[in-house]
Formats: sequence, structure tokens, C-alpha cells
Amino acid sequence: MPRIPPRYTQTFAVSILAAATALTLAVLGFIIGFVLEKGLPVVGLDFLLSNPREMGREGGIFPTLIGTVLLPLVAIVIALPLGVGTAVHLTEYTRESRATRVIRFGTDCLAGIPSIIFGLFGFIFFVSALKLGWCVLSGGLTLAIMILPTIIRTSEEAIRAVPYSYREVSYSLGATRWQTVAGVVLPNALPGIVTGVMLSIGRCIGETAAVIFTAGAALRIPRSLFDSVRTMSVHFYILAREGISSEKAYGTAAVLVIAILLINTLSYWIMHQFLAKRSR
Amino acid sequence: MTQSTSAASPPAKISVQNLSVFFGPTPALRNVSLEVPANRIFGIIGPSGSGKTTLLRTLNRLNDLFPNCHSEGQVLLDGADILHPEFDVVALRRRIGMVFALPVPLPLSVYDNVVYGPRLAGVRQRSRLAELCERSLRAAFLWDEVKDRLHTSALRLSGGQQQRLCLARVLAMEPEVVLLDEPCSGLDPISTAKIEEALQALKARYTIVLVTNNTKQAARIADNTAFFLMGELIEFGPTATIFTVPRDHRTADYVTGRFG
Amino acid sequence: MAIAGRQVKAAGEKSVQWILRTVAFSAMASLLLIAVFILKEGAPFLLRVGPRNFLFFSLWDPQNGCFGVYPMVVASVWVTLGAMLVGAPFGIAGAIFLAEFVPAGVMRVIKPTIELLAGIPSVVYGFIGVMVVAPLVRDHLGGPGLSLLTASVILGVMILPTVISISTDAIMSVPNSYREGALALGATRWQSVHMVILKGARSGIMASLILAMGRAIGETMAVIMVAGNTPRLPHSVLDPVRTLTANIALEMGFATGLHRQALFATGVVLFVIIMILNAVALSVMKRSHAE
Repeated sequence: MPRIPPRYTQTFAVSILAAATALTLAVLGFIIGFVLEKGLPVVGLDFLLSNPREMGREGGIFPTLIGTVLLPLVAIVIALPLGVGTAVHLTEYTRESRATRVIRFGTDCLAGIPSIIFGLFGFIFFVSALKLGWCVLSGGLTLAIMILPTIIRTSEEAIRAVPYSYREVSYSLGATRWQTVAGVVLPNALPGIVTGVMLSIGRCIGETAAVIFTAGAALRIPRSLFDSVRTMSVHFYILAREGISSEKAYGTAAVLVIAILLINTLSYWIMHQFLAKRSR
Repeated sequence: MTQSTSAASPPAKISVQNLSVFFGPTPALRNVSLEVPANRIFGIIGPSGSGKTTLLRTLNRLNDLFPNCHSEGQVLLDGADILHPEFDVVALRRRIGMVFALPVPLPLSVYDNVVYGPRLAGVRQRSRLAELCERSLRAAFLWDEVKDRLHTSALRLSGGQQQRLCLARVLAMEPEVVLLDEPCSGLDPISTAKIEEALQALKARYTIVLVTNNTKQAARIADNTAFFLMGELIEFGPTATIFTVPRDHRTADYVTGRFG
Repeated sequence: MAIAGRQVKAAGEKSVQWILRTVAFSAMASLLLIAVFILKEGAPFLLRVGPRNFLFFSLWDPQNGCFGVYPMVVASVWVTLGAMLVGAPFGIAGAIFLAEFVPAGVMRVIKPTIELLAGIPSVVYGFIGVMVVAPLVRDHLGGPGLSLLTASVILGVMILPTVISISTDAIMSVPNSYREGALALGATRWQSVHMVILKGARSGIMASLILAMGRAIGETMAVIMVAGNTPRLPHSVLDPVRTLTANIALEMGFATGLHRQALFATGVVLFVIIMILNAVALSVMKRSHAE
């Protein structure tokens, strides 16, 4: 039997690959399209700004918007200094050693833990052992630990991308190490760090398992860090599972998806500007 | 290593005595001794890899940034050994400034670049900073070209302008010594001429140490020149002597271009 | 005055150094805290009942003191395998296509778009599973719709961006000399891919698969929504199942005493499995960077 010419095998193989890719893109696109198509009609200023009634069957999602903003905010306030500090320590203040390997190991392991385990930990530690109860603070602390590895990784990359010559110039002008870090390294690493922050915010917004067990699901506007609060993801989950209102569920999902797409796009755009400026 | 003396040389600003520098086990400089007279331009020539930059970076202890670098011997600045562990490195780098081979403007405005050093040292008064800025830019022969755009980004300047900016940045620290590491290597002849003109004007106030790959440049502007080869100082002395009647045949071969 | 100033500055530098050193261990400290507290709650149960009994006993009936998670273990394994069967082929095919057969400009648009999609919350995927996939399964294949099959499909789609993203990077990091060498020998593009490049990218692709597997095993919300959540051994892909993660999430809200400990024990098991998977993925990735 004659061998099939490689040209034909290639055409065949590439067509299959193309079809698989197209299918993948189609499915992923369908998901977004479906959610937006069903959900956007529900979304309006009224939906976003009014309070829910009847457990969410009527009304809007305003308290969940507050929760969705508050929790990542608390998480970032805690994780940013810890994460950037770790990154600065690893890059500017130490050489590779057993200690740095331990730090990296801890960071890598933390990055791989699934959110349900974070939820369990947050519950048993913050809610229970520290007696904080289900509240914004418990949720924020738990999310902070969850996003810490991302902040560390992106900050470290951003810091390493700052040209070494900048540091040399700073030192040669009589700067101390901290002056060099604060005056030259960090300002130039800022876009990369901001990208990491935005990606982490995106992750916090989409997070459900870790949030339910730590921040609770109270459908009220929290009056302090110690009040329970519900985020959009949690609200969406409850609406969907309890079958309360698929219409409102779609609406919440649409807002969620748009928020995350906006944040991720923004962070890519910042990264792009950063790289463009550097190469000029 | 041989040295030719000239009749009335000024006192040595920097005196290097038996300096050896190692990166790990590898020696980059072996047993170097020389004297850099004050208020003169001291040229350092030699092929790539001969240790010129290493010597320069030892003078402002920038080699400290490399953890595997250690040195033996002494380097005296006005009689005090700067290699001594207790010597204040930060203060040293304010007295000895450095211009690097490739211009490295910080991504700030022209003004912020120039006053970066003084700000680090704690100068806060706006009037003082502005005064330092104008004075340094004039001394670097750059003032006229940038005086109307002090607050625009330094990245927009041409290569030659950026290098003069780096020189002004160093001068704003009001140092005693200015080190330059092949400062004109990436520049066109006109920019090179401007920098050389600036250096010749500056030596009245500063001691200048200039590493250069271009022997003609040393011949043009250096008062004294040292020739390095493979980590060793072959000879140093007045430029005229080095270029016309050097004592070592290797010096003669290098300056006449028989090898490079 | 100058000397005092210098000493103050030196003290300031030292304290910055000290602060940073402390902060740097926060990740490791958090990890240890997590390990300690999860173990504290779950280990006593595991030790008392014995891991073998826990893992291989098939009856989960907390009301009557039965804590066998075997059905959940089986469910997790099959759901993950199913997700890999769905996600891996499409993911790798997509990665090859994007890395080798698509112009660089197009790829620079498509890859970030796919990574964007990775940010969609899992609950949204789960919802689509409930509203779209489950009815399809129920109408065309039978069963209740919320099943092992549906969960595998949804999870498979969820891990696609991970597989594509990392595999594309792995393929693109194969040195150009490999490609040029193969093409210079007269190979077609496709031949250079499957004979040479894929071997070079193998560890990177493996790493992406292992990471994806870790994500699939750890996924909770989407699975809860589509898998049916019946704590019984499945006999076909159309049966409803409950994974280990779903088990924890569903019952944690009202579990007390021994029941709660059993759930934490499940958490310990999960933690261990995922740590092992991540360690393997990390070492594979390190090896691929070293090559």
C-alpha cells in the first residue's frame, strides 16, 4: 500500500487541530455569550443599586456589590505589603540559600491549595478559633492568604524586570539599599505589581467556596468589618442552587462575568503599556 | 610595572597600593599600584578584559554589589583606606561619582535625574536643588540644550545628551573625583567631542579617572595614562611619555595598534 | 551631627532588613497554620477510624455514624479522569495549533483571550452545566442529567484554559533550532511537530496536565451544581455522584462533633493528594526549565 504523502497527512492533522481549537473557542465563547444574553436584559441601574427582596427573588443586588468590593479590598490591604515585602526580600536582600528555598516552597505549595481547603481553614481558624465569626474580616483574611502567592510571584517578576543598571546608578550616587529599592526598583516595578493585584482581585471576585465558609451569606449591607456579608458569587450560587430565581441568577452572573472580564482586560492593558514603555 | 615620573606632579588624590581583586578564585587584577594626581585627567587604557573596569569599580566600591568579589591591598583616598570594612561606603560614593558606558537616564524628568543624588543625601530645599541642577548642567555643557525642558522625560534626549545628563547627575553630588567608564563608546564624534570638552573644563575642580578603549582619546585629553594588560598594570606615567617613549614593549605595541 | 545622622540611617536600614525578613516567611507561616489546623481537626478521626476504613468503606450516613468516603473517592477519581479525557486532547490540540500553525499576531490575541476565560468563576460554569448540559444529557442519554458525565464535561471545559496556556508556552519555548533542524531535513511542519517539537515540550505539557488534574480534583462549586451529589457508588456515567470536595462543602454548614471531624478528615485526604500532585508538577516543570 503506497505511503500517504506527508503533505496530505499534514493537511489532515492541521484540520483536526484547527477544528479542535475552533470548538474550544466556540464553547468558551458560548458560555460567555449565553450568560450575557440571558443576563444583560436583567441588569440595569435598578438591579445594581437596589436591595434584594424576598431572599433575592425580587429587587437588586446592591449589598452583594458592596460585599464584592469590600472583601477583595481587605484581602489586598493585607496581602499587598506582605507579598511585595516578600518579593523585595527575595530579590534585593538575599541570595539563593536554604532560607529562600524554604520561602519559595511555602509559596508554591500555598498556590496549589484548592479553595475549599481555604474555606475549611478560614472557618476553623478565623471564624472559630479566633472567634471573629462569619464576617468581612474573616473572609478578607482568608482571601489574603489565598492571593498571597500570586502577589509574591508577580511582584518578584516585576522587580527582576527592572534593569540592573538602574540599581547601579542609584548605588553609585550614594544610595543605601532601601533608598534604591524605594526610589528606583519599586516605582519601576509598579505596573507589574498592579497587574498582579488586579489578577488577584479577579480571583477574589469569582471565589465562592472560600467565601461562604468565612464571610457568611448575610444579605445586608455590612456596617463594620465584623458583619457578615454576601458577595455576588455567593449570591449567584444560592440563587441558582436554591432555585430562587433563575432570572436574577442570570443577571448576577452577567454582572460577575463583565466585572471579571473588565478587570482582566485592564490588567493586560497595563502590562502591555508597561512593556511598551520599557522597550522605548 | 614601571612608572615614569614628571617634574612637578600635584599630590596624589588616590593612591592604589598592591591591589588585587578576585571574583571567586579568579583574579581580575593582580598587584596593582599607581597614583592618581589631583585635578588631572587620568586615563586608563588596555584591551578588553584587562581589568580596567574592575579597577574603576573598586575605586567607588561598586564591586561590593557582587557577593563573590573580594580584594586585597589598599586604596587610599586622601590618605584613608577606602577598602577598610568600617569605611562609610555611602559617603564614599558621594565623593567619588561614576558615569557608566551606556547612558542610563532614570525614567524621570531631566530635573529629577540631576537632583536624584542630592535628594538621596537629604537636600530638600527647592532653591538649593534648582541651583545645583543648573550648575551641574552647565558644567556638563548641557544646560543650553535642556533649560527649556527640564521637566520633560530624560528618555527623550539623544544618546549624547543622555550621557552628558549622566555626567551632570554625578556633578550635582559635588564630588571630588569623577570616574568614567568608556563614556563615549556608544556616541557619535560630535557628542564625544562635547564630553571631552566638558572633561577638560572640569579637571580644574575635580580629579578625573577615564577608562577608554580608544587610545586616541587618551592621547587627546588625559594628562597621565596607565596601560593595563590581562589584569596587570604594565606601566603608567605622563601621557606624552606613554605614547612616545614607553618603557615596556607591550605598551608600545598597544598604542601603535599592533594589537588591540 | 553628620555621624549621628549616619547612625540613624544605618539603624533604619537594619530595621527595614529585619522587617522584610519577617514578612518573607508569611507564606510559609500561613501554609504551616493551614496544615496544623486542618490536621488538628481531621487527624484524630483518621487515627481513630484508620485511613483504610475511612477511604474504603462505602456507606456515608452521618446520622447513623457511618463515615465511609469510598463512593466520594471513586467519584472524585472518575470525575477527574473524565475531565482530563475531555480537556486534555482539546487543550493540547489547541496549544499545538496556536503555537505552530497560527501567525504570531493572531496567537497574541487568542491566547490572552483564552486566559481571560480562565477567570470566569466556577459557579458560572456550574450554572451553564445545570441549564444547558444536564438537560441535554437527560434528554438524549437518559438518567437524571446531573451526573458524572455532566460533571466531567463541565470540568473538562474549565481546565481547558490552563492546559492550553501552559502547553502553548511549553511548545513555544522549544528552541528554534529543533524546528529548523527538522525542516532542513525535509520534514513538513506537522512532521516537525509530532516527531521533534512535542518531545521537546513534553515535560511542559505534562506539567500543565498535572496542574489541570489538581484543579479538577480541587474544584468544588461547579461540581456541586452538576454532579447530582448522591453519596453512592456510581454504576454508570449517567449516575449522580458526590465528590470529596462536594461532600465537605455540602455538609460543613450543619456538621457537628464526629461528623465535622470526618469532614475535616476528608479535607486532610484532599490536602495530601493535591500536595503530592503539585509537588510532581513542580518537579516536572523544573526539569523542563532545566532542559
